Amino acid sequence: MNLFEVLEQAYQTAQAALEAAEDTATLEAWYADTLGRKGAITLQVRAVGQLPAEDRPAFGKRVNEIKQALEAAYTARAEAVKHAELTRQLEAGAIDVTLPGRPVTPGHLHLTTQSLRQIYSIFGRMGFEVYDAPDVELESYNFDLLNIPEYHPARDMWDTFWVQHVRNSPTRLLLRTHTSPGQMRAMRERYPEPIRVILPGKCYRYEQITARSEHQFYQVEGLAVGKNITMTDLIGTLTQFTAMFYGPGHRMRVRSSYFPFTEPSIEVDMDCILCGGKGCRVCKYTGWLEIAGAGMVHPVVLKNGGYDPDKWSGFAFGFGVERPAMLKYNVNDIRYFYGNDLRFLRQF
Amino acid sequence: MRIPLSWLNDYVNVKDIPIQELRSRLDLAGLEVEAIEAIGYPEAELPWDPDKILTAEVLAVRPHPDADRLVLVEVNYGGAENEIVVTGAPSLYERKGESGLHLKVAFAWEGATLYDGHKEGWSKTKLKPTKIRGVPSRAMVCSEKELGLAEEQTDIIYLPADTPVGVPLVEVLGDYILDFQVKGPFGHLQSVYGVAREMAAIFRRPLKRTPVEAVQRLGLRVVEQPDFAYLEIADPDLCPRYTATMIRGVQIAPSPLWMQMRLSRAGMRPINNVVDITNYVMLELGQPLHAFDYADIRPHPGETQPTIIVRRATAGEQMATLDGELRTFDDEMLLITDGGGPVGIAGVMGGLDSEVKAHTQDILLEAANFNFINIRRTCQMLKLTTEAGARFGKRVDPELALVAAARAAELMVELAGARVDPVAGDLYPGKPEPRVIHYSPALADRVLGVAIPPEDQLRILAALEFRVEVTESLPIPGNRDHGDVWRVTVPSYRMDVSLPVDLVEEIGRIWGYDHFPVTLIEEELPPLRRNVSLEAEEHIRDILVSLGLDEVIIYSLSDPEDEARLHPDPTAKLDLPGERVMLKNYLSPERSQMRRTLLSGALRTAWSNLRFMERIAIFEVGHVYFQMREPDDAAPDTGVDEPRRLCILLTGPRQGRWYAPTDREMMDYFDLKGIAEALLRSLALEDKVRWAKGQHPSFHPGRCAVVTVEDRELGVVGELHPLVREAFDLPEQPVVLLEWDLDVLLDAARQADAEKKIGTISNYPPVYEDLALVVDEAMPAAEVQRAILDAGRPLVTEALLFDVYRGEQVGAGRKSLAFALTYQSPGKPLDERDVAKLRERVIKLVQKQLNATLRGA
Repeated sequence: MNLFEVLEQAYQTAQAALEAAEDTATLEAWYADTLGRKGAITLQVRAVGQLPAEDRPAFGKRVNEIKQALEAAYTARAEAVKHAELTRQLEAGAIDVTLPGRPVTPGHLHLTTQSLRQIYSIFGRMGFEVYDAPDVELESYNFDLLNIPEYHPARDMWDTFWVQHVRNSPTRLLLRTHTSPGQMRAMRERYPEPIRVILPGKCYRYEQITARSEHQFYQVEGLAVGKNITMTDLIGTLTQFTAMFYGPGHRMRVRSSYFPFTEPSIEVDMDCILCGGKGCRVCKYTGWLEIAGAGMVHPVVLKNGGYDPDKWSGFAFGFGVERPAMLKYNVNDIRYFYGNDLRFLRQF
Repeated sequence: MRIPLSWLNDYVNVKDIPIQELRSRLDLAGLEVEAIEAIGYPEAELPWDPDKILTAEVLAVRPHPDADRLVLVEVNYGGAENEIVVTGAPSLYERKGESGLHLKVAFAWEGATLYDGHKEGWSKTKLKPTKIRGVPSRAMVCSEKELGLAEEQTDIIYLPADTPVGVPLVEVLGDYILDFQVKGPFGHLQSVYGVAREMAAIFRRPLKRTPVEAVQRLGLRVVEQPDFAYLEIADPDLCPRYTATMIRGVQIAPSPLWMQMRLSRAGMRPINNVVDITNYVMLELGQPLHAFDYADIRPHPGETQPTIIVRRATAGEQMATLDGELRTFDDEMLLITDGGGPVGIAGVMGGLDSEVKAHTQDILLEAANFNFINIRRTCQMLKLTTEAGARFGKRVDPELALVAAARAAELMVELAGARVDPVAGDLYPGKPEPRVIHYSPALADRVLGVAIPPEDQLRILAALEFRVEVTESLPIPGNRDHGDVWRVTVPSYRMDVSLPVDLVEEIGRIWGYDHFPVTLIEEELPPLRRNVSLEAEEHIRDILVSLGLDEVIIYSLSDPEDEARLHPDPTAKLDLPGERVMLKNYLSPERSQMRRTLLSGALRTAWSNLRFMERIAIFEVGHVYFQMREPDDAAPDTGVDEPRRLCILLTGPRQGRWYAPTDREMMDYFDLKGIAEALLRSLALEDKVRWAKGQHPSFHPGRCAVVTVEDRELGVVGELHPLVREAFDLPEQPVVLLEWDLDVLLDAARQADAEKKIGTISNYPPVYEDLALVVDEAMPAAEVQRAILDAGRPLVTEALLFDVYRGEQVGAGRKSLAFALTYQSPGKPLDERDVAKLRERVIKLVQKQLNATLRGA
């Protein structure tokens, strides 16, 4: 075998070994063995002296070609091995992505708080400020000043919790049966300004507790007093509210009704969100759901609040806070709200 | 109030209006229909097939060839041939062998669906052709039960003799019962006629006035003292009117089917013709009546003429009422009395002794009017609800009394074979003046925002029986509407109408709110105000939710026992800032007190949730309620203070279970303190609060802190006392709670926010260094930290406690506290020398102030 043949053989051996290298360590060893200072190919260069002079240039040229080819092959191979190694490493590092995450417990706002905030926000845009009034009320604010004297049939509309005598109380006390006493408080405080307020709060009724009625619930009352406030303004305000609160596309209807503190009085219905107005158990087969009681503030109430009914007019409305949420989320039992079962509250 | 539509149709014909449209238009006009019960119509539980269930007449009853208890009846149902029906109906069996009959019955063909009369309850069955003892039968005559009209299977139903033959039964007996919900003092809507009158206006149809014209038909005249009784109203303030009509020679018997059916459809049980007539007229016109057995009305001792005196009871007076109860009265209750004592509670219930009996012959018929507030009071005090009391309690028109008496008398003549004395007694001290309202049609526009044409307003008022005179421009005091003014006379029965705005409501509701345009308030906004207090409260909620807590809202009404359980010593009481607010009437003792603390509610909530989960982290923001010790101008005028509180409760493992190990240690004081500190930091209050060892009976005596902010007490944070935990039946694991005064917290936060100034943010490298100080065991760590920061100010920017060590190395009664200090200057990088100087200063000051030594020194 002449030296050329030896060289070619060494080249072939080196190529084969390079192709067989699967990891960085083997590759590095290959490099040292092949192209390193004492590597097989490097050593070939030294053999050039054994050749006749006329063969030397050709040999030298060929050695250089081989070295360059092997260097290039090495670089390519190193890339490939690195890539393969990374792939193996990533494969080994795979996790079951369906395993549960490390537990983090988020907090939840009570459903009622969430509903109230929506209501504040919608009425806030229409210029209504939130006005606070107490839970324990004077009988006069809850009833008499709202045009509901003692033993009046209208009192039948509210079953009342009465409070035992309180030392510094001027009159009989009760737990407010509705948020309407806040109307009187707002008027007496704000006269002679025009008024636009909503009055949220806990109300209490001396009623048996069932899936549909609780002894404690939230109401939001609205009151607007001004020089030229009309029934169509009231209907318009409630229409805006309904569209924003329940979403667009609902039909509304306005019915005549009776409340002692408004005249005329109305109730506002919306097409039943469960059956779309076709009629179902929830809407008592009417296709309509009552969403608010309302009316023009009764002249007697305006007067009791300090506003001259010949110069001022106003509207008032009120609605429960739990019911819309019950309809929206298909909650069939109002007791979930203040029973505080966290399995319920955490769903919102 | 249940009213059959068939009855309404007697006075106003609305037969052509589909039932759902009818309901919807009544609803819109303020006559709220709560429910509709259909009888025989397609919406009914048992619709009567109009092709298969018909009216018919029984012509003859023949014996069954092969059965003793059955008969064959020949029935004409309007078909080409008569049908032979096999039946065992008792009343037909009795007529076995008779022919030439014309008994009107309800007839069902094969294929008709009926209720099974022989089964308990309501089970439907389809009529099939069959053979009964060899005789084919493909039809039947029906009982009330089979048609769904009665619960008991008795006899077949007989229809009035003038019933046409061969028409669908539903046209004769079918009905819709409208259940009206009448809110408010509307006596004029408490009757069939009253509702019909409304419907006439709503649907613009004529109203048949027959029932209110009986006085004229009978030619009944009135005097104050009739010859059959002496009448007296001793308390005219409670009895504006009392009429007595004499009805003689009644024959007590069942009332006719049509009347019985109307009564039962309206929810009243038929009794006998006389009682049924008084009830019928009450339902028809809304005027309660009472029939006394004339023979039982006694004269005063020594007199001969029976006497009726209407007077207040004397306190403690007693009488047995119709229902057999002995009732005791107070001196505000109104009685009907005779010469011997009470014979009835005015307007509520008659006495037992003078009631109509089977042998009663002559009747004194009372039609009176009573003060509605007083009647309501009597009903409430006696806990007695009657149809009469309920109607009087909604305010009845006194003009109606005689009209109803005449109507009842007329029916007694017709249905009970009676004679009526042509002169009745009528005391009427409270005859009201006609009510006249000066009304400007422009007011409707001003209130409603819609210009309703005056001619429409006139039409509506006239349809509702208001009398309107359009007068010359009449000044109305305070009237700012221009144009015509009308003199409107209110019908006597509209006792709810007295103001111009009441007329606006009448016009608005009949004209229809439903086609009102929609507008928004045009006026300028009132002065805008923020509700800072609410905003701050909501901010607290957001912070706490972001810290992983669930918000709860607990009942304000609480259990006084729970409050007592908060004290480990059953004989001691919590020191709360005011007396409790208790209910007079409550649903249960567990809901009888307005809460004075949020702690017990949180513990209850933890208890109920621990049945289903292991980890509870909740908060509540809400009011507590106290009687105020002193009147306070800043507090509500009710005498009850309602301050706001914040409560947080944690219990259970720090982290949930996972497939790899997590921190399953039970949450303790420091978990809660961490949350509290995070909250305070969010409110920029961390430098303003002081944590100190606290005392509160509900808490572990060694694990309770009291927190103050700028010298105001915020409240407590601590671990629940084990005895209290047991009292609330909670598991043996730490339960940590916080209860703070929210108003104090929010005031401080507001103050801190107002004072907040952003500090310099330095970009020079900080130098970190640890410092371990040995102090007395009793020295609170917070104080050491504060001393370090004070001494190093402003270049020592942080001192973080990272180790607490007790042991031989530091000696008994001492502990080592190791702090990681951060030195940083806003203006230059700090070098070794700067830091050394600072360190020296800190150590020197701390040693001096706290009797501290440098550990290892």
